[in-house]
Amino acid sequence: MTHLAGTIRTDNSSALMQWLWRIVIALSGVALLATYFNVFDGYEIAIVILTAVTLILLGQNWPQFRVHIISVSLLSWFAVARYGTDLDLGDSDFFLNYILSSQSAFMWMSALFVLATLTYLGGLLLRSDFTEKVATALTWSAATMGMVGLMVRWRESYLISHDVGHIPVSNLYEVFILFAVITALLYLFYERRYQTRSLGSFVLFVISAAVAFQLWYTFDRHAHEIQPLVPALQSYWMKIHVPANFVGYGAFSMAAMIGVAYLLKSWRQTHNPNGVIASALPDLAVIDDLMYKAIALGFAFFTVATILGALWAAEAWGGYWSWDPKETWALIVWLNYAAWLHMRMTKGWNGRPMAWWAIIGLFVTIFAFLGVNMFLSGLHSYGTL
Amino acid sequence: MSDAKHAYRKTLSQRIFHFLGSMDLAITLLLTLAIASIIGTVLQQNQPYTDYLLKFGPFWFDVFESAGLYDVYSALWFLAILTLLVTSTSVCVIRHTPSMLNDMRNLRTHVQEKSLRAMHYRAEWQSDNAVSDLASDLESHMQQQGFRAKQTLIDDGILVSAMKGGLNRLGYIATHLAIIIICVGGLMDSNLPLKLAEWQGRLAIETRDLPSSQIPAKSRLPVGPQAFRGSINIPEGRTSEVAFVGMRDGYLVQELPFKIEVKDFRIEHYATGQPKSFETDLIVFDDDLAQPIEQTISVNHPLFHKGYAIYQASFSDGGSALSLQAWPLTKVAGKETVEFEAKVFENREMIWGDQSLKLEMLSFRPFNINPDPTEDDPDRIRNFGPSFGFKLRTKTGEALEYINYMLPVEKEGRSFYLSGVRASPAEEFGFLYLPVDKNGGLDGFNQFLTELHSSDKVAAIAHNMMLQTLTDVADRTAELEQNLEQTLVILVAMFIDNGFQGVGEFIDTAVPENERENLGPAYLGMLREMLARIYFNSQDSSEIDNADSEQLLFLQDALNAIGSLSRYGSPVYLMLTDYEHVEASGLQIARSPGKPVVYLGCALLIAGVFILFYLPQRRFWLLVKAKSGVTTVLLAGMSNRNPREFDVFFEQQKQILQHGNGNS
Ligand code: HEM
Repeated sequence: MTHLAGTIRTDNSSALMQWLWRIVIALSGVALLATYFNVFDGYEIAIVILTAVTLILLGQNWPQFRVHIISVSLLSWFAVARYGTDLDLGDSDFFLNYILSSQSAFMWMSALFVLATLTYLGGLLLRSDFTEKVATALTWSAATMGMVGLMVRWRESYLISHDVGHIPVSNLYEVFILFAVITALLYLFYERRYQTRSLGSFVLFVISAAVAFQLWYTFDRHAHEIQPLVPALQSYWMKIHVPANFVGYGAFSMAAMIGVAYLLKSWRQTHNPNGVIASALPDLAVIDDLMYKAIALGFAFFTVATILGALWAAEAWGGYWSWDPKETWALIVWLNYAAWLHMRMTKGWNGRPMAWWAIIGLFVTIFAFLGVNMFLSGLHSYGTL
Repeated sequence: MSDAKHAYRKTLSQRIFHFLGSMDLAITLLLTLAIASIIGTVLQQNQPYTDYLLKFGPFWFDVFESAGLYDVYSALWFLAILTLLVTSTSVCVIRHTPSMLNDMRNLRTHVQEKSLRAMHYRAEWQSDNAVSDLASDLESHMQQQGFRAKQTLIDDGILVSAMKGGLNRLGYIATHLAIIIICVGGLMDSNLPLKLAEWQGRLAIETRDLPSSQIPAKSRLPVGPQAFRGSINIPEGRTSEVAFVGMRDGYLVQELPFKIEVKDFRIEHYATGQPKSFETDLIVFDDDLAQPIEQTISVNHPLFHKGYAIYQASFSDGGSALSLQAWPLTKVAGKETVEFEAKVFENREMIWGDQSLKLEMLSFRPFNINPDPTEDDPDRIRNFGPSFGFKLRTKTGEALEYINYMLPVEKEGRSFYLSGVRASPAEEFGFLYLPVDKNGGLDGFNQFLTELHSSDKVAAIAHNMMLQTLTDVADRTAELEQNLEQTLVILVAMFIDNGFQGVGEFIDTAVPENERENLGPAYLGMLREMLARIYFNSQDSSEIDNADSEQLLFLQDALNAIGSLSRYGSPVYLMLTDYEHVEASGLQIARSPGKPVVYLGCALLIAGVFILFYLPQRRFWLLVKAKSGVTTVLLAGMSNRNPREFDVFFEQQKQILQHGNGNS
């Protein structure tokens, strides 16, 4: 089957499965809306519809994604039911305490991601299809546990108190999980589409790094505690601005790691063309194409996220653009990738310089994501209000 | 040859046009803009100029000011880069639009067989069908696939040209037009017109602190359609008809076509004490309205009226009324506490003997649940009660800034009133710890201090102590007695002036070196004894030996406090006895006529980017010819992006076309 590696997979799910999926999601959406019709405002209804459409589109030709969504739904539902209205059950109920409370789910996610990274690496070095398939399964499980953790945490925040409740994308701790899950899903999408698992250890490496940072952050700063939202963050824009941003960050990270794979392969190819790395990784042209795809996806979502941020700013701060450090760094990231895309599309550059540039881009992105919050002050640090 | 000549003869304007539209320039500009943008994120923008002056010193302050670094994003050179980028993009759009539009519509029916054969994606097969039937089949197949297709008769056959995703080219136009539109919208909302007016001398930035009614007309902006972003603090119960627009180190006054009243400002808290919401009840009075608008705004929920938007931006004190007691700390301040009233943001003169100080009341907070400012552990949160901040300014203009916390703070089991002092905002506060007596007040400390300041009392105690010290000395002379008594009095005086540190310095400088080793500790011992005697005298318990440890600790704390009074700088300690809290809501008021333009640009940008990336333009050509009795088909295809997906797609189409139509 290896001869397929790098070619685009085009098989579609059977029409029956497709319709089944569409109906299940549509019905769930309708059920959700019918149950909470009185509580939801127009934006929330729009978000539910948007989510349903996205799930339908992603799932209709992607069986694993369907399994993922259904597992997340069932596990989250089970955890929420287990909790009832008593947050303290998180420490006493067996299922919650060891598996499904958000804190435990995140621990499982972290462990599974690290394991998946190592397994991918093993699969790559041993050139074992089976090992790589195990790694894919581990990655799916990790993403599922992460997503379940986020869902359960959402509920937990409401169990603390109704006014504390909010979607868990409001602080560095929560967005790190979001980052890990989104990056993993993006990777899994391309892994299937390009029919190659050999890039897994590269992409999963950033996820593991993020998980490591996250663990340190949890233990060092007690960051996992659910905090109420500061007034500036109490906005429906947060629900879409932050996830859109993380699709961007995730795709850029993936592009950078694919860039690393490119450089490694092109280096090994000249020195040891029959070695493991050179023969296991897909063709340079495929890697290059994948890198472009990732950056294009990241750029598109980053554009959306930045614009959503501007709309939000117009409502919260009285101006759609204030040259606040976080905004400005988003612009810097965006301009950098715009230049990258032009260089590739119009000047036809590809290969090693573009791979290096993608890696540098990751550092710019990391600064925009973390550095700004840590080193620079501005409206995004929510210092005054 | 003629081509080269033609290029050579390009006019200068053509060459400039070409340069502006060049990709190299575009990429350079994108990266230059990115790098230039970093400056303003590293250097905090639009801070008070005095802060920059303090930070950089006069030389670099001037250099940075002339480079516009305190407001980089409206500095001329920064705007120039932006303008160049917009120009470059415009040129690019102008240059490419005609060919793109053409490319969108044109099915390329004139393509030569030779070019088809040169394409990367191609296939060739034979069929038994007649040329015209086959061509029609192929055409309808392409149409079923969502392609636009058309047949063209050529010399010896038919060319079917098909295309899908022509919109892709529109994506290019939309993306780049969007950049231009967004920048134009941004320009409409920028302060460039104000800068121009200032440059022409029509406007002058006001830097003085004046009541808004006294601000000269040259610094006022009349009601009009122009964009602005201003702010205003309105105390509860007060109104405003203007907003202040900050410019560099000063401001302009923007007049509003309505009057805003702040009825009430509220902060709500979560159970944990963190703020949950900042809200203001506003009333907007407008002559055009039958009834004033009453609305509550909060963060994320502004009020819109007549194209103006009013946002909750901050809050501050609105001139709270404070009842204060001044406890004397130095001799000139006398013995008695003085009571008086003050208001936040008001100044008053305070006179003690020949010393006159201006009290500038700066801030008040009804409660402070803060990380402990005096501890290294910032995780430690405690309640400091109400606080107020003020400055004491001397005649020469120097000022020390103070912050007093009104709930005694525990430290090592004893309670203290905390007062912080610093000479400039760049410094951290240094804290004075005033020990609280057993009745929970400052009386104990004040009594001790009064005794220390009373020369009669000190002299009497010195006399007593001298007598006791010298009882066993046989050969004492009157001179010795006088000397010792005087020394004791002087030591106390030195302590009052500069604390133990002052005495230590005296010993180091005035005592001959060979005697220092003996005399130094002797002097300090005597001083401590004196201070203790004065203290216990003040407490009416002259029995030092029977003192409990509580009293000794209090004495120790009091001495520490007195020792640092010279650094504290204020002749009095101000204590709050009562207050009436008035808050002010900080509003941001903005008019941005460019906003719809920017939003249009944003919508166009999103649409454009997604179209560009995910709607590739694909073309197919099918050249059907009759050649010696058989019909041959030459298939060629191209896609302007996503080659890997096109690989698959082309292969699929080839199979279908070959089997579906070729051999039937
Ligand atoms: C802020 C400024 C600009 C932005 C954000 C921008 C954005 C983009 C994007 C996102 C693409 C698509 C790249 C891809 O398909 O991977 C693109 C393509 C392109 N851009 Fe720009 N661009 C800008 C300025 C310019 C300028 C100044 C020029 C002219 C020199 C230019 C010329 C082009 C051309 C020729 C293409 C290729 C279109 C195609 O063949 O599909 N762009 N631009």
